[in-house]
Amino acid sequence: MESLTLTDGEQKYYSDLFVYCDTDNTKKVASNGRVLDLFRAAQLPSEVVLQITELCGATRLGHFGRSQFYIALKLIAVAQSGLPLRVESLNSVKDLPLPRFVVAKNEHEARHTAMYPDSENQGPYQGVIPRPPGRGQVKKVSAHEVIQSCVPTVEPQLQPDTTSPVVSPHQSPPTSPHWRKHKRQASGGNVERQPVVVAGAVWTPFREAQAGPVVAGDGMWSAHSPPPVQESWENSSIRTVASASTTNEIQRQSSGGYDDPWKITDEQRQYYINQFKTIQPDLNGFIPGSAAKEFFTKSKLPILELSHIWELSDFDKDGALTLDEFCAAFHLVVARKNGYDLPEKLPESLMPKLIDLDDSAEVPDQAPDVGYSGSPVEVTPNKSPSMPSLNQTWPDLNQGNEQWETFSERSSSSQTLTQFDSNIAPADPDTAIVHPVPIRMTPSKIHMQEMELKRTGSDHTHPTSPLMAKPPDLSEETKLATSMKFVTANSGDGYSSSDSYTSDQDPITSVVSRQRSHSGNSPEGLKVVAAPPPPPPRPHASHSRSSSLDMNRSFASVPTGPQLAGVVAYPPAVPPRPLPTQTSGPHSGHRLDEGLAAHSTTSPQQIPEQPNFADFSQFQAFAASDQRSDDGEKHPESLPVEKSSEGAGPLRTVKSDNQEERAAATVNSAKGSIMAPPPKPVRRRLKSEDELQEEALPLKSNVIATVLAIQPSIPRSIGKDKKAIQASIRRNKETNTVLARLNSELQQQLKDLLEERISLEVQLEQLRPFSHL
Amino acid sequence: MAVCIAVIAKENYPLYIRSVPIQNELKFHYTVHTSLDVVEEKISAVGKAMADQRELYLGLLYPTEDYKVYGYVTNSKVKFVIVVDSSNTSLRDNEIRSMFRKLHNSFTDVMCNPFYNPGDTIQSKAFDSMVSAMMVQVS
Repeated sequence: MESLTLTDGEQKYYSDLFVYCDTDNTKKVASNGRVLDLFRAAQLPSEVVLQITELCGATRLGHFGRSQFYIALKLIAVAQSGLPLRVESLNSVKDLPLPRFVVAKNEHEARHTAMYPDSENQGPYQGVIPRPPGRGQVKKVSAHEVIQSCVPTVEPQLQPDTTSPVVSPHQSPPTSPHWRKHKRQASGGNVERQPVVVAGAVWTPFREAQAGPVVAGDGMWSAHSPPPVQESWENSSIRTVASASTTNEIQRQSSGGYDDPWKITDEQRQYYINQFKTIQPDLNGFIPGSAAKEFFTKSKLPILELSHIWELSDFDKDGALTLDEFCAAFHLVVARKNGYDLPEKLPESLMPKLIDLDDSAEVPDQAPDVGYSGSPVEVTPNKSPSMPSLNQTWPDLNQGNEQWETFSERSSSSQTLTQFDSNIAPADPDTAIVHPVPIRMTPSKIHMQEMELKRTGSDHTHPTSPLMAKPPDLSEETKLATSMKFVTANSGDGYSSSDSYTSDQDPITSVVSRQRSHSGNSPEGLKVVAAPPPPPPRPHASHSRSSSLDMNRSFASVPTGPQLAGVVAYPPAVPPRPLPTQTSGPHSGHRLDEGLAAHSTTSPQQIPEQPNFADFSQFQAFAASDQRSDDGEKHPESLPVEKSSEGAGPLRTVKSDNQEERAAATVNSAKGSIMAPPPKPVRRRLKSEDELQEEALPLKSNVIATVLAIQPSIPRSIGKDKKAIQASIRRNKETNTVLARLNSELQQQLKDLLEERISLEVQLEQLRPFSHL
Repeated sequence: MAVCIAVIAKENYPLYIRSVPIQNELKFHYTVHTSLDVVEEKISAVGKAMADQRELYLGLLYPTEDYKVYGYVTNSKVKFVIVVDSSNTSLRDNEIRSMFRKLHNSFTDVMCNPFYNPGDTIQSKAFDSMVSAMMVQVS
């Protein structure tokens, strides 16, 4: 053959290629298969290839010696340049570009050369299974080049990155079974080209070089090239290539985790797990920060970047790495070494499987500036040596995942805790304001109700207005009994609604609703009550109580026929009733509250029980005399006492005295709430309670007041209708029970409020020293 | 809301200082520096229960013509100083407290990083972003 002069670059390139093709490691002869593949990769027409082989003398020799190989390569370059193939052209053509194989670019040459030094470093990694992609960068290029030469140009369109990674697996299998296996798996997994394509975008620079060939090469490779390539690689100093291939594969897998360059492949994960084990045998345990620091410092990344990686991967910010976090960190290190820029946030695929920690909705920084600087990045060689080859496959990878997941869940709890704390802070100002309010629900509601009741009560016309407003509604209620029950029901409902309010977190709305309900109830109740007591002339002179007065008015304004009848029935019974009812009322009312008591007294009064009459009268006497004084005194007493007593009836008799007083008190309270200021001042003492109760019972009190009003207004036609009386008695009893219940509830609310107040005061005290500014 | 945020180490050298208006930065640096005196004074004053309020909010250190300076000290004598523009609707005390809390949390995260040597300037991006978030509100 003619003498062949090659430039240094060419020399190097050719020698590389020769080595690549020298599957038999003869250093003299390139295997025909390889060579032919390489030539095919040159994307030259087969005739040209034949011609080239003939020209270089291989056909004569039957094999490709080194010189023949070089000549062939040169001729390929010539052919690719479009020059006619002539033996003379070998040396005559100056500045002949290097033969390109499958879009092999000259830059590959440069890279190729550049990579050599790095490839050496890669050597130690050979034994390591899925070498972090980082390493692969450089190697890959060389690998790519070689591969490219070998790769048949079949796969034209696979994206660059796909090709190279694909190659690696195939080449690897023969040599290191364990790894190759993994790689195989990985590569198998990556058969999908699409994702690779996507990832390919990332691998811009050399990817292109690898462009078409390799990918499809999978199948082909496995057919023939892998073994030879493998061998050649291993035998040559291009072990790095192999490692590169592995890294490529890893990379491919990682990068091409299809659309997720951050996805960790199985091999990688196993590798990471093994590394984790070397530091922390317990896979569910933590790697302390110091150990992790040493480990990752070995990667020779700048501390700043390692710090950033740590920030990203230590998801729960506990200063230690769980397996998931460790894998994420390791993966990031690998990626960084490969030239990937670190993402600003942890990609989703790397996030530990935390349950509800989703606040950071990490957007996988998929295609960060993939500055694949093809720069020879030193992968963490130190890791590989320390790590035994991945002989031990992590059999239950899934299990491991599960473990990790559970593990992460644990860490997630800490994370949630952390998150929670940080979230609490901003909420504090609000919570400080908000909390008390909801807690105060009942009181506020009660307060609102009370206010409403007071409002209604104070305003003589007003209370009746809602009541009066509903007269028509009341008219619908014909039965006294029903009306009474309705009252009780309403009151009960009102109170139950108040209960619901307590549970409700929105005091205001609840209050409002309660008001509404109460208003709804009260008017209705009142109406009901009013219904029975028709407008008949009620000499409610006896009931000078504002509420009763109002009631009277309301009653008067309520022209309910049937109800009137009922009312009439009431009125007659009123005279005697007031006493008994009052006695009973107050006592039941007292239980609930003064206001309630008053009302309740009135209501029961309206349905006087004969036996109570006497009591009531006594009570009235008492009330008249001791109203004011009793009010104040009795309030506290009555409250607790009343609370204890539930049965209106029995209590009535028992507490006749008390009742009387209370009745007076309640009456007073009713009055007071409505119009009598004097009692109010007394009540002010227990204002919180009273108000609450009073307010809570405004409706009831109103109801009761109306009842009372009705009663007194009803002409004392005592023995009129016994039935009516008994019915009214029944109703009064019901009302009593309702009121008693209400009272107890209010008492409870009062207690709660007091407790809250105490706690707040305590808090205030605690905070006071802090706010020294 | 904050115009300038600074983290000062125990030995009173800055670990991190950032201002929103890039110009006039020196003024804020000076302000923070002078506020350290006030911080020291408060630390020594609040001698009640050691570590009781150590970690706490020092509150308004001193108001100047158009900004206010708030301080916060941790158990490890790391001080956080926030300079707030007075022209802003005066922030509630609780808001300042929450800002300090966030600062403290982020600072803790930085400390947890094994690659961070206490005493180094804080270069954590997470910390930076958190601070920027707090300062962006100013404008």
